[in-house]
Amino acid sequence: MEQAIFEERRDQIHRKGEGPFELACNRDSLAGAVSQRACVFCGSRVVLYPIADALHLVHGPIGCAVYTWDIRGALSSGPELHRLSFSTDLQERDVIFGGEKKLKAALLELIERHKPNAAFVYATCIVGIIGDDVNAVCRDVAAKTGIPVIPVQSEGFKGNKREGYAAACKALFTLAGTGDTSDISPMSVNILGDFNLAGEIWIIREYFEKMGVQVVANITGDGRVADIRRCHGAGLNIVQCSGSTMELAKMMEEKFGTPFMRVSYLGIEDMADSLYAVADRFKHLDPGIVERTQKLVREELSLLLPKLKEYRKDLEGKRAAVYVGGAFKAFSLIKAFRHLGMKVVLVGSQTGTKEDYEELASICDPGTVIVDDSNPLELSKFVRELDVDLFVGGVKERPIAHKLGVGFCDHNHERKEALEGFVGMLNFAKEVHASATSPIWRFVPRREAMAKALKEQETAKRAAGGEGI
Amino acid sequence: MSDSPYVSTTNACKLCTPLGAALAFRGVEGAIPFLHGSQGCATYMRRYIISHFREPMDIASSALGEKQAVFGGGPNLKKGILNVMSKYGATVVGVATTCLTETIGDDVPRLLYEFRKEFSDLPLPEIVNVSTPSYSGTHMEGWHAATAALASQLVREKAPAERRVNLIPGFVSPADIRYFKEILDDYGVAYTVLPDISEAMDRPALLDYEKLPAGGTPVASIRAMSGALGSIECGRADHMAESAGTNLERRFEVRNIRVGLPIGVRESDAFFAALEELTGTPLPEKHAAERGRLIDAYVDGHKYVAGKRAIVYGEEDLVIAMVAFLAEIGVKPILAATGATCRNFKQALADVTEGILPEPPEAREGVDFHDIAEQAADLAPDILVGHSKGYRYAKDMGVPLLRVGFPIHDRFGGPRLLHVGYRGTQTLFDRLVNTILERKQADSGVGYGYL
Ligand code: SF4
Repeated sequence: MEQAIFEERRDQIHRKGEGPFELACNRDSLAGAVSQRACVFCGSRVVLYPIADALHLVHGPIGCAVYTWDIRGALSSGPELHRLSFSTDLQERDVIFGGEKKLKAALLELIERHKPNAAFVYATCIVGIIGDDVNAVCRDVAAKTGIPVIPVQSEGFKGNKREGYAAACKALFTLAGTGDTSDISPMSVNILGDFNLAGEIWIIREYFEKMGVQVVANITGDGRVADIRRCHGAGLNIVQCSGSTMELAKMMEEKFGTPFMRVSYLGIEDMADSLYAVADRFKHLDPGIVERTQKLVREELSLLLPKLKEYRKDLEGKRAAVYVGGAFKAFSLIKAFRHLGMKVVLVGSQTGTKEDYEELASICDPGTVIVDDSNPLELSKFVRELDVDLFVGGVKERPIAHKLGVGFCDHNHERKEALEGFVGMLNFAKEVHASATSPIWRFVPRREAMAKALKEQETAKRAAGGEGI
Repeated sequence: MSDSPYVSTTNACKLCTPLGAALAFRGVEGAIPFLHGSQGCATYMRRYIISHFREPMDIASSALGEKQAVFGGGPNLKKGILNVMSKYGATVVGVATTCLTETIGDDVPRLLYEFRKEFSDLPLPEIVNVSTPSYSGTHMEGWHAATAALASQLVREKAPAERRVNLIPGFVSPADIRYFKEILDDYGVAYTVLPDISEAMDRPALLDYEKLPAGGTPVASIRAMSGALGSIECGRADHMAESAGTNLERRFEVRNIRVGLPIGVRESDAFFAALEELTGTPLPEKHAAERGRLIDAYVDGHKYVAGKRAIVYGEEDLVIAMVAFLAEIGVKPILAATGATCRNFKQALADVTEGILPEPPEAREGVDFHDIAEQAADLAPDILVGHSKGYRYAKDMGVPLLRVGFPIHDRFGGPRLLHVGYRGTQTLFDRLVNTILERKQADSGVGYGYL
């Protein structure tokens, strides 16, 4: 069993309560370890993907572009350019002689065809190696077409997803500060790090509107180029999924003086706290906002809580494992599970930082296993050992859970179910309940074997007890 | 060469070579696919494959970073192989290169030679390598290249002659391969199916998460290929200098019979004829009956599909085979499109429709979905036939989609779709007729319940 853990990775795994907390993280993945992690390109694609009126051109061989074709659940209220997969599909010839000419021609062709409001050009692994001057091509095409053409330095091998987030923030930052801000109210926000999966940002926007807060730009969800250009006029940046967009918030604070605040829309407390925190920021401008926010939260909770109670009845005492891309999401999930009466016994992420893990360690129960950059062997080992009833993760984690006879909740960018906000908490509970309480698990061989062993134990116990009488 | 008039690619109708290689390697017993490149591609491919098969797909990576990209990936490759040996207990490691390692010029055969020398004191697995630069070819070429590499690198000497058939089935579903094996059993012959993803990519529920899923072609069975009566290699598209079958033929004089993917009566007949030829056993009664039932169904259903216009797209071998099938039931294939290019695509389409269609369907190679849709606008198709990535186009055109091949990301049960042989053709025919009936019913204001 122990064998599942690579010697080199021992310090990336910690069991809370066993020794002082220290977790190695932000390291390159171990060769041969089948990491669940993607790459720099993936990180930048995640952040920029939902900008729906921009062209997203992947400069490289075909693979990276097709594997990211419309795989996310990010919805748009208008244009849907982001759902197409554009590539320069580099061929051997281009690799030898350079791909700049092809890139330029492809850009001109696509801009002509789709008339986007901006174009992002993603440099992939190989472009970094062959040394195409992507910046020069972008400058050139921008001058010719009159739209911003923005290079994204996302060569896959230059680090992990985090570097991709940074590259995307840099790209976004070139747009900020270029639009007109004259009609923006001081009581206004930008929403960062929400990807509008299954329309989640629309739920959040509605809350803000009810509170009387103007939303200037949904930077990373249902995004529009024009909004991002004027986002520096907003009074506050609210940052969810801080790993991905914190960098942008910091740059904006430095250059435009826009303050920022970290929030989470997952779970009850985090959602409510986030709204209250925003209200707090603006109450000097409009004292009524606090009351409006309280009213909103109260109304939502009065609908939600009775329904949650129903689910909780069946879920009480069940054990959950959480393995997600960013660590911040894990905090909210731990709290959300508490509302369902469930206990998180394994938690980890692909890209957590030292501070993230410290915070994680501080909120989870003793005995909880915390992992960084894990892999199928480790995850399956822990699911088994910790006797997990439900796993929360993405597509790659799903077969691990299912093979072990464990329920699963999709909590990644592909999901088609909104999990944010108060209604999202209900959806989450519904999904967790549907999977964890399904009758099918009794047929799964591992569960069958466990049930059999338990029965035998009880019979033995009864037999032993019987003798005493 | 590509038929696309455009420089840019929109919604490609192909995947990259290492993905095909990784899948083919998964079809060998005790093997772990290993991509020599950066971490990201292995993860993306896993995700993509898992979404279709709903099975674990562990692909190891040498996880190159910036330093290795500059100084060479050798140390990571070696360390990675040691790691999968110790943790997965892999007895075969299938190493495929990627665009990154091909471009930085890592000489994988030399690195592996060094590796074997450096660690000669360890019980080393078989290591098979294949060059799969993702900037040339498609996942199908990756699949075929990996299959050829397995045959050329693992079969090292002439095995004792025996009554054995080598089946090199091409990229078909696990259900297809299980059915192929049933057929071979019915011929009472020993066989090697290379590769065999039928078990690994469609596992029963078991007690545990398996590090290395059971199933796959055993190495001993691969070695035995050189003593076989002959090989049957499925797939008409021709893009390789040497395939697994021709390699064995050249080195060990194992006769290689090339047939199309056996879909439709004529292509299936050719497959069964090849089996009869190699084994001397006539078509078993069970299969003769299935053939008879299929033709009976053709007769009963022909009017529902007669004259319907179909656009077929996807992997070249599958497109050719689907065209063969559609043509013989009276559906008009009006466009056959693939993201790949091969030496004989157009010729193969002409061959499989000969005597049935006055002229072969229009063929387009090296195209993407933008090209296909643009042309489809003038073609007024009744149905699209291909993998599920064409769904949004079918939706836009307002026609149904008959899902075949890989990937099926928007329906359940992709790995259990049957395509080949009389039985596979039967399920395709039933599905096709029903798809058309369903549409007719949905479009009808009357709501006939008796069609
Ligand atoms: S980096 Fe190259 S090998 Fe990897 S997915 Fe992209 S195209 Fe394929």
